[in-house]
Amino acid sequence: MEWLTPDILTEPVGLSHFLAVGAFLFVTGAVCMATKRNTLGILMGIELVLNGANINFVAFASPYFREDNLGLDGHLMALFVIVLAAAEAAVALAIALNYYNNYATIDVDKANELKG
Amino acid sequence: MFLLAEATSNAAVINWHTVFFFVVAALSCGFALAMLFSSNIVRMAFFLVISLASASGVIFLTGSHFVGAMQLMIYVGGTVVLLIFGVMLTAQEAFITMKTKAGDWVLALIVGGSLFALLTQAAFSVEAWHSTDYQQDLVKEVEKFNKDVIASMQSDGRAELDVEDRKLTKEERVTLSDLQKRIRHGYPELTGQIGLALVGVRTDQPSVEATGYTGYLLPFEIVSVHLLVVLIGAAYLARAKKRSAE
Repeated sequence: MEWLTPDILTEPVGLSHFLAVGAFLFVTGAVCMATKRNTLGILMGIELVLNGANINFVAFASPYFREDNLGLDGHLMALFVIVLAAAEAAVALAIALNYYNNYATIDVDKANELKG
Repeated sequence: MFLLAEATSNAAVINWHTVFFFVVAALSCGFALAMLFSSNIVRMAFFLVISLASASGVIFLTGSHFVGAMQLMIYVGGTVVLLIFGVMLTAQEAFITMKTKAGDWVLALIVGGSLFALLTQAAFSVEAWHSTDYQQDLVKEVEKFNKDVIASMQSDGRAELDVEDRKLTKEERVTLSDLQKRIRHGYPELTGQIGLALVGVRTDQPSVEATGYTGYLLPFEIVSVHLLVVLIGAAYLARAKKRSAE
């Protein structure tokens, strides 16, 4: 039955694993923001970035990995990030819809009126 | 009471925390990648929902249950629904799939890949973050406590080793409650502490209160006013403009 229980599944995970997931979501969101041409795709990238940062906050607040964790501060910071992300999404969506109404497109590459 | 004795006596037992971590982490990262490489905006919205829902699983696994639940309710239930409404309002044939230029992809992937390499390197290079000594020491302490209690009971003849019918001495009870506190720390009673901190009472660090520090009351007020401003601002920005058409 040895093969059923490889080391990687019997060892506990450390804080670093959670940070790696957070880093991955952050980078994916950043690349998404850079490459998408659709305004809403960029907004989705922002959500991923904020989510990656949030995972870092709760990982550092977790009592499972270290004696001196962030504790309540990390949890509250993560909650504030979630609330502010919701607010940001609402305003950004309103701006995107306004842009769509005025220019009849949602492609950010076409939004070059302010270009010098 | 003998919390981890069963699970830790056998060295090669599967750690389910680890297994579930890898499952939700793979789901979250995989669907984030799928979202990145999909050019269809409707599919992207769907992938984002799954990615964020799995990310809430990761948050649950750190022991932050309230934050995980809020992630599910506000992010997956609110923000993403908002985005999907945006997709539906703008999803005309020409805008559903927008291809990115190959050059942009190459540049973005090079920059993103190096950023990811840097961040992962940083996350794994700090010994205190990488090690699992804390968990393993805790397990060892629990095992030692179990052994000590069993040995002392046998020598005292306090009871047959019946788990139900056992009398602990005072010191043993103190050690046990300390161990239980450390194992159970971070369980749902945190929700109450979060609520109290939002109205200005810190129960985890009562000493801070003496200096007039009021927890998170001020940020809470600022956020609530901010939400009101956002509500009005978004409604103003997105209102139908009839007058300009006339």
